[in-house]
Amino acid sequence: MEIPGDLKFAPSHEWVRIEEDGSVTVGISGHAQEQLGDLVFVETPEVDHVCEAEEGIAVVESVKAASDIYAPVAGKILDTNGNLAENPELVNSEPYEGGWIFKLLPDELADVENLMDPDDYQAYCEAEE
Amino acid sequence: MTKQTALYTAHKEHSAKFVSFAGYELPIHYGSQIGEHHTVRQSAGMFDVSHMTTVDIHGAGAMDWLRHLLTNDVAKLSDGRALYTCMCREDGGVLDDLIVYRMTTDRFRLIVNAATREKDLAWMQGHKPAGVELDELLDTSLIAVQGPDAVKLAAQALKEVGQTLPIESLNRFAALESKDWFIGRTGYTGEDGVEISLPDAQALAFWQALTEQGVKPAGLGARDTLRLEAGLCLYGQDLDEDHSPAESGIATTIDINDPDRDFIGRETLEDHKMFGGRFCQIGLVLDGRGVLRQGQIVERVGRDIGRVTSGTFSPTRELSIALARVDKEFLGGCDVNIRNRLVGAHIASVPFVPHGRARE
Repeated sequence: MEIPGDLKFAPSHEWVRIEEDGSVTVGISGHAQEQLGDLVFVETPEVDHVCEAEEGIAVVESVKAASDIYAPVAGKILDTNGNLAENPELVNSEPYEGGWIFKLLPDELADVENLMDPDDYQAYCEAEE
Repeated sequence: MTKQTALYTAHKEHSAKFVSFAGYELPIHYGSQIGEHHTVRQSAGMFDVSHMTTVDIHGAGAMDWLRHLLTNDVAKLSDGRALYTCMCREDGGVLDDLIVYRMTTDRFRLIVNAATREKDLAWMQGHKPAGVELDELLDTSLIAVQGPDAVKLAAQALKEVGQTLPIESLNRFAALESKDWFIGRTGYTGEDGVEISLPDAQALAFWQALTEQGVKPAGLGARDTLRLEAGLCLYGQDLDEDHSPAESGIATTIDINDPDRDFIGRETLEDHKMFGGRFCQIGLVLDGRGVLRQGQIVERVGRDIGRVTSGTFSPTRELSIALARVDKEFLGGCDVNIRNRLVGAHIASVPFVPHGRARE
């Protein structure tokens, strides 16, 4: 699966897209959903929850196992993807589009800039294998 | 070093994601475990189960010996028929569950689990009388074709490769063989289907013929969700040496009808068959969100009453199901400790998906 060029990545396989209004949209990468297999539940965070960087704030559950999703940067949760309750498989079929998980307002936009570029993330995944 | 089956290249061509299982590299799925599950329930899927162990037993004393070795009674089989049975220790603990086919009174075929191969073979060798021969079938592949369309499509594929075995008229739990091909109308999914044993050298061509008839490859992931929906046990999870078949939901594999049949474990097993053991197997359906998984603690009013032995998400019923082993004193609803949260569950009838159809 091709990685959209405008994304940043955390080492725990979340992707981040900076929106025009300064908020960020977060999901999990194509690589991550492929490792997890078919998802059956997604537990999204509470709106207005204030999180630290690397805090476990969401859970994706596949037939195989449950996995924590970590906040890529510190901030406040603005919104969550309501479609995932009925259609968790969107995370598998459209990890970068319809399968987004939550939006947050980062404390520092600079924290997002410090995350990995798509190329660095690709290399990181290959090294992990 | 993990081994590969004769179908390895076919799995690669179908984009299999591999996993190591019982010393073999096998497909866990080919893209979507849930999709493969639905395909088996709706049309036909095929599994490479060549890692399983096939042992042929022959000799004049074969039947008498198997009547002693196995908890179910092979004397009630006619030629060309099979039954499901356990092989137990003297104390009634399950060594393995298996299917045994009777081809003639002095020739039987056993299909046992891959993970218990060494243990089973050593046990059988150790308990075998003179005059009975054990031959493990090697260089043989095993393909399970399962689903409502499985037999029809497998029959067409067989014709394409020049095999004229009339599988459409085969009864359930019956088998037929021709040269080095052996076909049983058996399975591990709760669907109609066949399990086809054939020489390794012909496996790729036959898998290809099945593909051309529209049968889709399905991996171990789907195999597990299918068998659990059908309420079938998995050795090592729902069955183990510390519990009898009656404590694992399969008291039907204990046959005590012939009082003169002295089989290994009879003393304990006769008692368990009539009165049950200390534990019993129950089906669970989760009332809340989440997935039941092996090892989770089952509680009743704060008391630990047992363990989930196999759990998963049921793609057909779209909820979580499990088999659990609990202390027999228990009845009614319960809670399961899922990652430190107590979620309600209720006892459900097993199989969860009888004859391939979701319960109303």
